[in-house]
Parts: sequence; structure tokens; C-alpha cells
Amino acid sequence: MSEALLVLDKVVKRFGEHTAVDGVDLQISKGEFLAIMGPSGCGKTTTLRMIAGLEQPSAGEIRLNGTRMNELKPWQRDTPLVWQNLALFPHLSVLKNVEFGLKMRNVAARERRERSMNWLERMGLAEYAGRNIAQLSGGERQRVAIARALVTEPEILLLDEPLSALDAHLRVRMQSEITQLQKQLGITFAYVTHNQSEAFAMASRVAIMNGGLIQQIGSPREVYRAPANHFVAEFVGSNNILSGTVTALEGGQVTVQTAWGSFNAPTPEPAPKTGDALELVVSADLVAVSDSAGAEGNVLSGELISEEFIGSIITLYIDIGDGIVFRAQKQQHELDALDYSSGRKLFASWRPEHTYVLPQI
Amino acid sequence: MSADRLIAYALRGWFLVALFFIFVPIIINFIYSFSPSRFPTLPLGGFSTGWYELILNEAPVPRAFGNSLKAGVIVAVISTFIGFAAAYTDYRYRFLGKNFYLALALLPPTIPVLILGLVMLMFLSRVSLVGELYSVVLAHVVYCIPFAMALIRLRLAQMNPDLESAAWNLGANSWRAMREVIVPFTLPSIFAALALTMAVSFDEYLIAFFVGGLTETLPVRVLALLQGQVSPRINAIGSVVFTISMSLVILAQILLLTRRSGGRSIAAGGK
Repeated sequence: MSEALLVLDKVVKRFGEHTAVDGVDLQISKGEFLAIMGPSGCGKTTTLRMIAGLEQPSAGEIRLNGTRMNELKPWQRDTPLVWQNLALFPHLSVLKNVEFGLKMRNVAARERRERSMNWLERMGLAEYAGRNIAQLSGGERQRVAIARALVTEPEILLLDEPLSALDAHLRVRMQSEITQLQKQLGITFAYVTHNQSEAFAMASRVAIMNGGLIQQIGSPREVYRAPANHFVAEFVGSNNILSGTVTALEGGQVTVQTAWGSFNAPTPEPAPKTGDALELVVSADLVAVSDSAGAEGNVLSGELISEEFIGSIITLYIDIGDGIVFRAQKQQHELDALDYSSGRKLFASWRPEHTYVLPQI
Repeated sequence: MSADRLIAYALRGWFLVALFFIFVPIIINFIYSFSPSRFPTLPLGGFSTGWYELILNEAPVPRAFGNSLKAGVIVAVISTFIGFAAAYTDYRYRFLGKNFYLALALLPPTIPVLILGLVMLMFLSRVSLVGELYSVVLAHVVYCIPFAMALIRLRLAQMNPDLESAAWNLGANSWRAMREVIVPFTLPSIFAALALTMAVSFDEYLIAFFVGGLTETLPVRVLALLQGQVSPRINAIGSVVFTISMSLVILAQILLLTRRSGGRSIAAGGK
């Protein structure tokens, strides 16, 4: 198979003493929607800015279609960016904003207008063409920014937390608009965000970054169910992490002794040895809760300290000792029969096969 | 009536008194420039444009007026250009000693004009550039750059710092981004700087007096006139100078105030 559309090869970016990006390897193929996710300061925006040429890598190589890009100035590349603050030109009309990229490529005025109007129509903004940017709503500006970036029909579109300024309702609507647009166009999207639901809802692949490194790349499902390390397990989803030592390996199952009990889990690849230290991950949504002992599988108990409603879903916070708060996420109706007032002793259980063993480092 | 309101009224009254003392002489100046008599009398002796005709026909005055106008225009263009460059350097780059550079760039108006004029005279005579109109232009450019720079910096500070990078990202090289984004965005402040620097140069007296030698600008000529005799011609000249300077300053204000709101709301929209 030929090389991916965009390749980052051991890319490093240092700002003085500080290393923002510390050797990132990343391949983005044609037509995919990749989300780069991580906490603030993890290097995700710097990575995107290096792809756009707004920052120069300190080491490593960035290749687009196999060609080294490191030395190209931003204006010599076709890697348009949708900015976090949109960066629309306030002194230009909506149409002139969209035309900008074509004008810089010296496209004739007539064609420029036609192509820009097509994009405005596509984004449902045709009637705003002559307006000032200041007269648009947040969602409309967002669409102008996307149209402005896509008007040159690039191979890749870079998006830097473009939805963070919108309110929750509008954000969800723009999410599906962007996803649909990407599917229709078949253009590669590289989308930087710190918002997990945004990344999971839109992307076909997610790269989790921390400390200037990519911690894991995979489909949202993979990242969610099979985190590659402690950081990913903690950052993604709402996972419970229990550490312990291997006491037995038998019949495809590993038994791990922890401070909260002995738990079984499927044996990971490569298999650990007896006495190895391990971390078990239990996703909060796979936990059953009851007020009496006697459940099958892995069981632990603790004192309920608080609960949290998010629509139909309730998260229970159970203090299991040693400073660990165990989380269980349930549909509200599943808890109808349970008295979950604070201070009660509760039993949390989950099936051994739902236990995920973090790879050893 | 509460004490607060009392204070508010008192302050307002004080403000009006201050305005009165500033503007009354100027208004009287205006009125008597149209009076036919040699001495200010009440009631007015009639209406006449005689003094204006007189100054127009008195050779040194129109020449000085022309000098001031020429110098003003050239000073405005040069100092606005350099002021823009200085403001942009400040906006765009971070470098060692930047604060020192900024302090230096904003220094000239803080030096007493008398000293500035003397020093300019000494320096320009040493390099044999003294006594011509370009001497006045040189000295005034030095004096005016900080005004232009301050105005343009103000506007650049309102600009979303990502705008320039956004232009590059869309295919504009440094020069085109400058031409298509930075200059259009700062245009109101550029015009304001042109108007203000021209006004400053137009009625600056001391520096022009020192370095101009026999090349007189209008303020220098006016003072020369006054030294000989107090003539009602002064009223006419004063009215013309006041009208021109004030128009320029007001124009600068209008340019700065309009369109400022546009830039702001975009910046706020990104938050």
C-alpha cells in the first residue's frame, strides 16, 4: 500500500526549554476523519500548527503525499485551518472572506465569485454574502469559517477546536453538520479537541495525546474499551482503575489480588507472570449495583458518597477505601428498586470478561 | 439634594467654566477677524473680509502658509509610514530590548520642545541641513512619529492576533497579508495618524523657529508679525490656522471612533 496522505515522522517541537511535542508519529490516510484529543497543553494544537506550517518542527519530518513539507511556508501549502476563534476578517464581507483563498491563488474574479457563492449556498449562507461578519450569529460565522477554508478544495482540512465557542445545543448541531460534510466531500479532516464526546461522535479514528506524545490511536470504540495505558484509561470514558498483583493464571483467566478483593479477568496478550503488578480497568457503565452481597463475578463494596444525574443516566460514586472512588453508571430506571441514599453500603459487581487488563509497560 | 449630586453639578459647572476660558478667546478671535475696525470695539463696527484680503496680499504670509502646508503633508506621510512600521514591529515581533525600543520610539514628545528645537538646530547645523524647509520636515518627522505610532498601535491591539496567520494559511505571503489584512484593518488609524501628524506639524512653533532659519512656517510668521505690532491681521490668521488644525484633529477622532466597534465585536466573538 502506498504511503498515507499525511505522515508525521518523529516530529518534535521545542519552545526554548519546553518541549511541546516530543516525537509524534502519525499517519493520516485519505478521506479519514481523525480527531486529536488530549488535555490542554498536551501538544495537540502545536501538532496541528506544524502541519499548517505555522510552526517549524525542531526535529522530524512532515510529509504530504510523500513530499517533505518542513521548509514550506504556510502560504506555500494547501492546509487550511478552521481557527478556534474563527479568525474571520472583520473588514471584509462574508463573500470576500470566502473568496480570500482563491484571490491569493490569483483565480479570476468571476470564477472566484462563482465558486465562493457555491460554497455559501452549500452552507446555507447565500443571502448573507454581502453582510459584515459582525452581523452574523455564532453558528453562521462558524459556517463562513468552514466555507472559507474549503473553497480552495484542499486535500486536508485542519480544525482547531472550532466548536468551543458555541453553546452546547449549537455545538451538537454543528457536529453532525461537519460530520456529514466530511462524508460528502471525502476530504481528510484533522480535528483537534479536548472534548471527548465531540471526538467520539465525529471521528473515525482518535489519537489521544499527552505530554507531547501520542498515547494511543484507534477507533473510538477501541480507545474506549481497550485503553493502551493508565493515562488513556483515566482520560477517556469514566473508567475505574484498580491496581493489584497476579496470584493465578488459569483457563484463560488471570486472578488479581487488590486492596479491595480478588478479581478475575481475561488473560491479556502477552500473558503476565504470577507476582506481576497489574492495573485493571472497569468501565463505569458495565458495573451492576445492588444493596446485598451475593452477586456473581467480581464484587466489591463501599459507601455511597454522592450521585449525579445527567439526563436519564445516573452516576453513583462509591467510596471503596484507600482513597479510591468507584463509579457506576446506570440508566435511571435500572435503579428504581434500589435505595441509593448517601451513606448506604452498596455492592458493585461486574463480569470477569468485562474487566480489561492494562498492558504492562 | 444629596452630596453626590451636588458634586456632580459642581464638576459639570467647573467643566463649563474651563471650556469657556479655552474657547472664548478663540471665538472672539473669529468674530473680530471679520470686523472692519483696527481695534476691538463693541458693538461691532460692521462686517468685512478686509483682514483676510490683507494677509492674502502680504507676501510672507501666503508663503509661510504654503511652507506649513507642504511641510505638514510631507511630515504626515513620512511619520505615519515610520509610525506604522514601528507599531507593526511591536505587534508582530518579540525581541530582546523591546521595552527599550518602545520607550525610545515614544520618547520625543516627552522632551520639552525648547530643548528638542535647540538640539535639532545644533545637530542639523553640524551636518549642514539647517535653514531649509526640509530641516523643518526632518525635525517634525522625529517629533510626530510617536503620535502616529501610538494611534496605529491602538488599532493593532484590537486585532485578533490570529488574523495574519489566517491570511498566510489561506495562501497569502507576508506582503500580501500585510496588504490585504493588516493595512485594511488599520486603515482608520492610518488616516487618523495622517490627520493628527499633519495638525501637529502645522501648528508647531518652537522647533520650526529654531531649525527653519529664514524659511518661515505659518506659526513662525505669525509671531514675527506680533512682535512688530498687534495687528487685527492676527485674528484672520489665527482663525485660518485654528480651523485647519481643528478640522484635522476632529477628522482623526472621527476616523478612530467609527469602525472601532466592528473590530471589537469580532474579537469578542472568538472568546
